[in-house]
Amino acid sequence: MPMRDIASLVFSAGLLFLLLVIGAELALGHPDMRVGAEYLRVAGPELGAANIVTAILAGYRGFDTLGELSILFAAATAASLVLGHRRADARRDPPGGLVLSAGADLLFPLLLVVGIFIVVHGHLTPGGGFQGGVILAAAFFVALLANPARTLNHALLGWIEGLAGAAFILIGLWALVEDGHFLTPLLPLGTMGELVSAGTLPLLSVAIGLKVGAELAGLLAHLADTEAPDR
Amino acid sequence: MIPLSLETVSYAGAIGLVVIGGLGLVICNHLFRMLLALAMAESGANLLLVLTGFRDGAIAPIIGYGPAGAPLVDPLPQVLVLTAIVIGVGVQALAVAVLVRVYRSYGTLDMRELRRRMEGEIAAAAGIAAPGSAQAPLGQRPLPPVPDYELVRRSAPVRERGA
Repeated sequence: MPMRDIASLVFSAGLLFLLLVIGAELALGHPDMRVGAEYLRVAGPELGAANIVTAILAGYRGFDTLGELSILFAAATAASLVLGHRRADARRDPPGGLVLSAGADLLFPLLLVVGIFIVVHGHLTPGGGFQGGVILAAAFFVALLANPARTLNHALLGWIEGLAGAAFILIGLWALVEDGHFLTPLLPLGTMGELVSAGTLPLLSVAIGLKVGAELAGLLAHLADTEAPDR
Repeated sequence: MIPLSLETVSYAGAIGLVVIGGLGLVICNHLFRMLLALAMAESGANLLLVLTGFRDGAIAPIIGYGPAGAPLVDPLPQVLVLTAIVIGVGVQALAVAVLVRVYRSYGTLDMRELRRRMEGEIAAAAGIAAPGSAQAPLGQRPLPPVPDYELVRRSAPVRERGA
């Protein structure tokens, strides 16, 4: 057995021991909630969103979410930079056949509806911009997997992504002008549990959903669009 | 003795995922397997974080979802994990892009083979013997033979630098 494997095993055993000790120390089942309890107490009355996770994500930690979006943007940009353009005469993978393409056609509207539902109901039900955006991206990507000769309109995706990102920042700047704090939730809260409620949170959620969806669809299409090996 | 319940099982599973992922990361020689191990360790860590917010008998942190007054789980770890998942997706996408590029350039993802080919290429460019080769000492060496893959590459139409 080479030295490297022994060292790896010792390292992993140490990691396991560390995690187990942490697990034994942790009060599982009754955590020491301080910030979380405060969020649970004030998030409902303050933001009017039923889903507290989305309320924290877009309401209290909106700036953090903006940073997250920019990380995703940087990763997508770097990936397409690394992959580069494909040659015009490069080989493509063969189409997936009848079953796959029929399945993809069948899935497309369903995924689209589910994705849009999850994005616009982000402040009411589990989910939100990120989750719904990924499902929207999958709706377009499944069709691409079934038939690799299909291409997505990258210019359109770029526009959608840019406008959604700009909308997110503009909502934040509007709050800065109105209230003096970047990304403070504005607009009347409405009745909790209704679709039009929770002020600007649904708008932010839609912006996140569009941006993530367009970004991920473009990224996946770029990855799928790389040249097939010549052999 | 720790009671065997759903949360202890998922806790052990999360720890196991992290450890298996870490072990795969250091023990694998194939780059794609290393990426899979990284994804595995990441999901284990995410699961571990979400589990720290678990409360006995609590429901999802959505107001009006369960009976009024029911305890809600800690929402903060869930938000942080959402962030971590998105960043993980970005990292994995970038890593896959780099892997595609490496495979296109070197025709393999095995680290040992990759190192051999890279060193051979560097030695060929510098006009010296590849490291570890049993050739004459420095100063008396003939130019190293062009490696097979280099011949194959040269006979193939130029695609990287020419276009």
